[in-house]
Amino acid sequence: MSSKAIDVARLEDIARRVRINVVKMIACSGVGHAGGAVSMAEILAVLYFHEMRLDRKDPTWPDRDRFVLSKGHGCPALYATFSEVGWIPDSLLPTLHQIDSPLQMHPELGLCPGIEMSSGPLGQGLSAGIGMAIGARMRGKEFRVYVMIGDGESAEGQIWEAAMFAPNHKLDNLVAILDYNKFALTDRVQSIMPLEPVYDKWVSFGWHVIEVNGHSVVQVAHALDEARSVKGKPTIIIAHTVKGRGMSFVEDTVNAHSVSMTKAQVAATLKELGCQPNEIEQAVAQTKELH
Amino acid sequence: MASQLAPRDILGSTLAELGESDPNIVLLDADFCTPGKTVAFKNRFPERFVQVGIAEQNLMSIAGGLSTVGFTCFASTICVFCSRRACDQVMASIALPNLNVKILGLYAGLFVGKNGATHQSLEDIGIMRSMAHMTVVQGADAAETASILRYAAAHKGPMYVRVGRDPTPQLVPEGYKFELGRSITLRQGTDVTLIGYGDLMGNTLEAAEALAKQGVQARVINMSSLKPIDREAIVQAAQETGRIVTVDNHNIIGGLGSAVAEVLSEECPVKLKRIGVRDTFGRSGTNEEMLKWFGLRTEDIAAQVLEFLRK
Repeated sequence: MSSKAIDVARLEDIARRVRINVVKMIACSGVGHAGGAVSMAEILAVLYFHEMRLDRKDPTWPDRDRFVLSKGHGCPALYATFSEVGWIPDSLLPTLHQIDSPLQMHPELGLCPGIEMSSGPLGQGLSAGIGMAIGARMRGKEFRVYVMIGDGESAEGQIWEAAMFAPNHKLDNLVAILDYNKFALTDRVQSIMPLEPVYDKWVSFGWHVIEVNGHSVVQVAHALDEARSVKGKPTIIIAHTVKGRGMSFVEDTVNAHSVSMTKAQVAATLKELGCQPNEIEQAVAQTKELH
Repeated sequence: MASQLAPRDILGSTLAELGESDPNIVLLDADFCTPGKTVAFKNRFPERFVQVGIAEQNLMSIAGGLSTVGFTCFASTICVFCSRRACDQVMASIALPNLNVKILGLYAGLFVGKNGATHQSLEDIGIMRSMAHMTVVQGADAAETASILRYAAAHKGPMYVRVGRDPTPQLVPEGYKFELGRSITLRQGTDVTLIGYGDLMGNTLEAAEALAKQGVQARVINMSSLKPIDREAIVQAAQETGRIVTVDNHNIIGGLGSAVAEVLSEECPVKLKRIGVRDTFGRSGTNEEMLKWFGLRTEDIAAQVLEFLRK
């Protein structure tokens, strides 16, 4: 198990800042995929600040670990994470969704540093991650590949094409993470297209499966550590999360998917997330109210 | 004077030859390497061959991901599954991120054994041509197809290489080298210009010879680079011969006929006749039956050109 100490307070604070920036960015844009972004905050914090080997000065370092956000619409949280890493300036965050911004509503390889693959049409990222994992093996490189998939996304057939492929090729340098926030776009996953028994499904496809609370940085870090020790097969971490976590006005509801906020909601949410009054005031002033 | 080779026959040997000099060349297959004739590469470089199984969507996204690690990926399956089945994967995992993936589309157009409508690619050029960043090419014979593969291996970015299944006459001159955006004029003429590509290039050229016997001198252009298309050659042909005929092994909607119409209407409007599959689906049958059914035999092409010239 773990060789590296887990700096819980630091990782939790990074997750909190990612949430704050997601709220601010979407407030500036007027609309955005908030719920499925903030549900990943702790996982992204652990990946980028505990688990992955990265060059904070060079997002293209050839030996870096790769992360693919298959559920591309969650990218506000990824952009916010990149600003924490230092790959993009904080000043870019308010340009989210603007026509000339590298921060498009679905992430594009080549537009924003740190993005490893364009995504948005659901179901494709795990396959792309497989390509990278095969590439690592062909090159004799040690880098690992992490792919975040969604629970609603898991209704896509291509996810299961990829699920069959990776164990057949013994890709133990590949880790899938399921952001199991229980909601698709219009309703609970359970009523749209139930995933259960999801643990058994992945086991039967030949994966090493770990189930965690996706908001516990300790559990996520331990799971990633365990995945590193698994040989001869890929690992999937089923991360139980809450859609809209930290945004109490939509948390764990169907309204968390695509969010437009009033100035009052922005103020209340940022207060809950521990922002100071002047920071809240500035965010409220930049909020685009669509209603 | 049919040569013994089909365009697909040279895929494996040419890829293996390219693989010898370039360690970054990788071949991905969706369970079609035997009929697709790519096995020679698989046998020579098993460590650079990826069998994805019958999962074309997975194939395209894996190829995209693999190419980000610096590999030149040839992703190979039947044309219809490259274009129709995996359309969105080609867009989002290859074209949008502008990745170095060469899609080998096998069994171009009508000629798919007797597999019939579901396996006949009459939409693929239209689909691929309308996708930004994508280039679209098809060789007229085995030699041109080999030249296209050599070009593709050195080119950076997405390409859709359509490959014919069955033997064709040898049409491109000895020493010919394919270039994106360049056509070859196979026959000079001033009365009309016939523009073709791929499997039907032989019939098109023979139709021109038949027309010559009736006093019509037709220019014949092999437009192997369907996108980017050779605008200059089209405009020059329009100016010098006044009328243009296109011959498509594809639906006339979206194929070469559409591409040529776009250039003519913007730059030099002249009368255009589009020969090809006229917005219907395909059929099972031999190639001979197919050509007759769809009016694509040499004599059918010649007759349609004469009728067009009388109008």
